[in-house]
Amino acid sequence: MQKIGKQTIKFDKPQTILETASIVGPKEAQGPLAKYFDNLLEDEFWGEKTWEKAESKLIKQAVNLVITKSGIPADLIDFCFAGDLLNQCISSSFGLRELNIPYFGIFGACSTFVEGMILSSILTESGAANNVLFGASSHFCSAEKQFRFPLELGNQRPPSSQWTVTGAGAAIISSSGNGPFVTYATPGKIVDKGIKDANNMGAAMAPAAVDTILSHFKDTGRNPSYYDAIITGDLGHIGKEIVIEMLQTYGYNVKQNYNDCGVLMFDKEKQDTHSGGSGCACCATVFSGYLFNKLKEGKYKKILLIATGALMNSTSSQQGESIPGIAHAISIEV
Amino acid sequence: MNEFFSSLNIMDYVWCFIVGGLICVIGQILIDKTKITSARILVLFVTLGAILGGLGIYQYIVDFAGAGATVPITGFGYNLAKGAIKGVNELGLVGAFTGGVKAAAGGIAAAVFFGYVASLISKPKMKKQ
Amino acid sequence: MDKIETNKQYQDYVDKKTPNSPIIKNCFNAFWVGGLICSIGQLILDVCKFRGFDTEVSGTISSIILIGISAFLTGLNLFNKIGKFAGAGSIVPITGFSNSIVSPAMEYKSEGYVMGVGSKMFTVAGPVLVFGISASIIVGIIYLIFNTQSITLV
Repeated sequence: MQKIGKQTIKFDKPQTILETASIVGPKEAQGPLAKYFDNLLEDEFWGEKTWEKAESKLIKQAVNLVITKSGIPADLIDFCFAGDLLNQCISSSFGLRELNIPYFGIFGACSTFVEGMILSSILTESGAANNVLFGASSHFCSAEKQFRFPLELGNQRPPSSQWTVTGAGAAIISSSGNGPFVTYATPGKIVDKGIKDANNMGAAMAPAAVDTILSHFKDTGRNPSYYDAIITGDLGHIGKEIVIEMLQTYGYNVKQNYNDCGVLMFDKEKQDTHSGGSGCACCATVFSGYLFNKLKEGKYKKILLIATGALMNSTSSQQGESIPGIAHAISIEV
Repeated sequence: MNEFFSSLNIMDYVWCFIVGGLICVIGQILIDKTKITSARILVLFVTLGAILGGLGIYQYIVDFAGAGATVPITGFGYNLAKGAIKGVNELGLVGAFTGGVKAAAGGIAAAVFFGYVASLISKPKMKKQ
Repeated sequence: MDKIETNKQYQDYVDKKTPNSPIIKNCFNAFWVGGLICSIGQLILDVCKFRGFDTEVSGTISSIILIGISAFLTGLNLFNKIGKFAGAGSIVPITGFSNSIVSPAMEYKSEGYVMGVGSKMFTVAGPVLVFGISASIIVGIIYLIFNTQSITLV
């Protein structure tokens, strides 16, 4: 493991993504990717009394599912990383309090899943662990409650707004295995271009994604055509266009192989999700369900996954602060 | 019943509809053009209603459009201001404090009570769309 | 497209990229739903007057009934659908005030009846009361100071 260029980590001994698991809510279950997810919920409460409890259950079950699917006994998993959007990451810590695996709570807003993947890979490569688990969750209702308005309030969502994905994704990184392999990671800088509109997250986060993608190409000497797919986390339709156009100005053409999890998750016209999906679970479930499946099938051999996050909360937006964005990239190859 | 309907003036309803609709359209334009949240629109409108009510201007709109002017939240502000002025006329300074809320008491109490009852019997559901 | 350097350039670029709300459609829906709600209010008002209540009491009854209907629809999880369609058409009338009290009351039930329902009920509508009542008191005081009919300028 070594640092190359300005901010990229090169893994000498590629680390294997052993297994993934994904659970999504009822709206996502009607989306175009439904068949790739392990578990589809019929209602947003999932038998719990509150949305917060339902979200905890999501991450708990996703973690249990990935352990079962991997066939590794739980006591051979050395550490786990998890995070979510709720204050102090309560869904993750409450959902995993009975897991009995040493736990790191992490917050990278919607970039949490890839943040966890990078940290897990570093732990396994360094020899500090053999198997590390990571996951992320979000819930439409609990996120609306915390960041926006009550669900029953009769207001209109502007066309730039995004729909928080209800769901959880989890995966296990192992130092031994036959891939897909984590080969490079480019942790991103915080980038703030001064966007204040909390209903336009894609635009707030896109510059961070552009910055990280540029750094990744520069550090590794690769270019967009190296990858079968370049996938950002939750920029939505507006953010996706911005990334394509901004990368163009730096001489990179990603039009052919670039897409966004928030765009893939929903059918924009039929599901009325405006600019697309968002939330920690957006990147987590689309990777754990759809992308991992494509890697296993061999349909994709090299992908660059860039999870994006908006590092704000409701207090900061009420105080008129702009929205700092972050993006972490990870290169996954078969 | 027929007696009631024959007592109605159709033009009252036409103006009520048009004026009420237009006040809402102003709100809609503000929401779409300025990204002001709906909560701020309500605050803006209620304050505006109280000021126009205090200046006596809103009374003209009410006389002209009836419920088209009193049902929008601007009418709530107008009602508060009208109550405060009435209170001052009856009680002096104390009336400025008691009059407004007294005039709007029915609406405020109803909203609080129904809110409490609704929370007892109903649960929020996810927007399907 | 040129390289984007400054925040200002980026903001302008984003403004250009962000689709506008369908304002004509929204205004049309807001107009007829808002007008309809006001007309229902007028009808209730006329029924009350016909029954012999004075204008002030009739107005109060009409408000209470509209608030009740709106609370009922909110409780049935229907008001947000109307609101999504009508926008300001259902927010600006007194129905929107009712919805903005009822919806947080339902939402925060999970935090209990005292600190949840009781205190969070006013998260959206509280400011309306604060600014509405304060404005009315100021109007009353100004009226008292001048204490003549000349305050009604028009």
